[in-house]
Amino acid sequence: MKFQRYGSVAGIAVAAALALSACGSDNGASTASTTPASSAGGSSASSTAAACPSGTLKAAGSTAQANAISQWTKDYQGQCTGVTVDYNANGSGAGVTSFIQKAADFAGSDYALSTTQAGQVTSAGRCGTGSAVDIPVVPGAIAVIFNVPGVTSLNLSAKVLAGIYNGTITTWNDAQIKADNPSATLPALKIQPFMRSDTSGTSYNFSAYLNALGGFSAANKQFPSKVAQGVKGSSAVAAKVKSTSGAIGYAEYSYATQDSLSYAEVSNASGAFVQLTQANAANFIAKAKVTQNGSDTKLAFDYTYAASDAYPATLVTYEIACGTGNDATQLPLIKGFLNYITSSAAQGELTSLGYVPLPSSIAAADATAIASLS
Amino acid sequence: MSNERLSPVADADEVEVRDPRSGLTAKAGLGDRLFGGSARGAAVFILILMAAIAAFLIYQAAEAIGKDQVNFVTSFTWDPDGNSTPNGQPEFGIAAIAWGTLVTSVIGVLLGAPVAIGVALFITQYLPRKIGSVFGYIVDLLAAVPSVVYGLWGLLVLDQHMSGVSKIIEDVLGWIPLFKTDGTYGSSMFTAGVVLAIMILPIIAAIAREIYKQTPREQIEAAYALGATRWEMIRLAVLPYGRSGVTSAIILGFGRALGETIAVAMVLTQVPGLVTRILQPGGNTIAANIAVQFGDAFTTGRQALIASGLVLFLMTLIVNYAARVVVRRAGKAGS
Repeated sequence: MKFQRYGSVAGIAVAAALALSACGSDNGASTASTTPASSAGGSSASSTAAACPSGTLKAAGSTAQANAISQWTKDYQGQCTGVTVDYNANGSGAGVTSFIQKAADFAGSDYALSTTQAGQVTSAGRCGTGSAVDIPVVPGAIAVIFNVPGVTSLNLSAKVLAGIYNGTITTWNDAQIKADNPSATLPALKIQPFMRSDTSGTSYNFSAYLNALGGFSAANKQFPSKVAQGVKGSSAVAAKVKSTSGAIGYAEYSYATQDSLSYAEVSNASGAFVQLTQANAANFIAKAKVTQNGSDTKLAFDYTYAASDAYPATLVTYEIACGTGNDATQLPLIKGFLNYITSSAAQGELTSLGYVPLPSSIAAADATAIASLS
Repeated sequence: MSNERLSPVADADEVEVRDPRSGLTAKAGLGDRLFGGSARGAAVFILILMAAIAAFLIYQAAEAIGKDQVNFVTSFTWDPDGNSTPNGQPEFGIAAIAWGTLVTSVIGVLLGAPVAIGVALFITQYLPRKIGSVFGYIVDLLAAVPSVVYGLWGLLVLDQHMSGVSKIIEDVLGWIPLFKTDGTYGSSMFTAGVVLAIMILPIIAAIAREIYKQTPREQIEAAYALGATRWEMIRLAVLPYGRSGVTSAIILGFGRALGETIAVAMVLTQVPGLVTRILQPGGNTIAANIAVQFGDAFTTGRQALIASGLVLFLMTLIVNYAARVVVRRAGKAGS
């Protein structure tokens, strides 16, 4: 009897400890597991080239732009051997939080700072008396990916997509889908819509597109669908669409090409269907309205633009730094790196990485914004 | 090796241990003081550490719940950073994810525990001792597989094969709302439960094995002497002896299932609100929700996730306590 009693008590204690440690390791994993893949470059500060600052630049945030930043980090550290750039791709929210807590010199974010976040920056005195600014750096295109047996190309209007994500269109042979695809043989298969379960710039921009042209709920980084299944990260969305018959989802263009998934042509403001190419996306991004307020530079896509070579489901990710009140020793580093990544040389590499280069007008706006950082 | 012969020895130990503390042996040397001091220090340290962690967690959770605009206990939404609320006010509740946590864990235990007990009985009562211990090692190896591997396996392999089983269950039990679907399967709480069952199996099996091994030889032989078959012997001697210990083992497995994070987060797709159809894709658990949301959460979001972690801890405590009561009742009724 004695053994049995101790056994059960021990069991309880261990079970409690397991539950506790489960919570503990979650916290640890989220903050520590995504160590930067970008710090591989040499950090020896032996020779410093002219016009190169030296030191360590710390940044954190968006996973969507991580591939671009890691390529640029390699190039920039090659040019300026005295610089080490640490980009911790731990998610936009975590990146902004690290920025506010002064753990990062700038943050990569999939969306411009919200008013609440801007308020946190001010109340924490992160930028002294100044405020944080957004600088658009990495644009991209959103692919509407699908897995329908026997169908490789589809026309999906914003209205139909909104219907799918609202739950009003539930099968692939729905009359509304048929109307846009008269030649396709659509099966009587259930549609399984997928979305991001985490907050994301892809979700924000895709819902903005659906909202503007399909009458969907307002744009939101937490995708506003009550019927879609959420999975974490674009790669998981792509994986799910690939493995699920009848699935539809959205992800950055590079995920669609990497996983060789079929992606749809989506409708623009005039109801015409536009093919997804990087060139078409660049045409649409070039028409975005640039709002500049001091150094703060925001892009607003013009969803009314209806040229036949402009793909309307696009996104842009930002870097967030202090407009004024940057740390004096870090300022040359911040300016140097941001200047480099908005340069035409760096932007030229985006195409091969699956993104879309900044149109020259926006790159010019960025350059003035970065020059005025202090 | 019987209990009766063990207990006097234990008593004698206690007497010897009591002597120096009551001061009867006066010459406590330097070694005594050093050892006693460091042992006491370790005990105090762990208590302070636990208290500090608990205070931190409770403080964070209380702050988040204080800002919550809906009822934390009954609300189905999870939006602590106010991403989807009109004025960005935090709205979050534990109900939907606590339900998902319970459902997946219960499925895991219902599927895993019988198999684990079967494995333990087979190893201890049917196999020769040597082969049994080798077999035991193999089962223990299952526990050494990292949970992310189970998650990958569940996502890439198991998920594709769950629709057939799910469809059969729906055909048979579909008249119960719990087992109805909209015609899509996989990535469901049931799939997550199956993965959990495999993950908790080695824990339950290992403990149950050790307990069944301790069954008094006399009782086994007595059962055989009465003409019992092997199954009757197990039912008469082994199972009653191990009942409370094995119940503890199952609780331990249940605790692991409640807290399992990555595997569930990978297998289960998340849908907003309460999911009552366990065969249909979608659902969420507290631990998986923490894993998915933590990276992008802001201050209130993180505090809200900590609050949900505390609820998980509380659930584990309640389950453990309930199980202890059950075991104690069963023990009294049995003796």
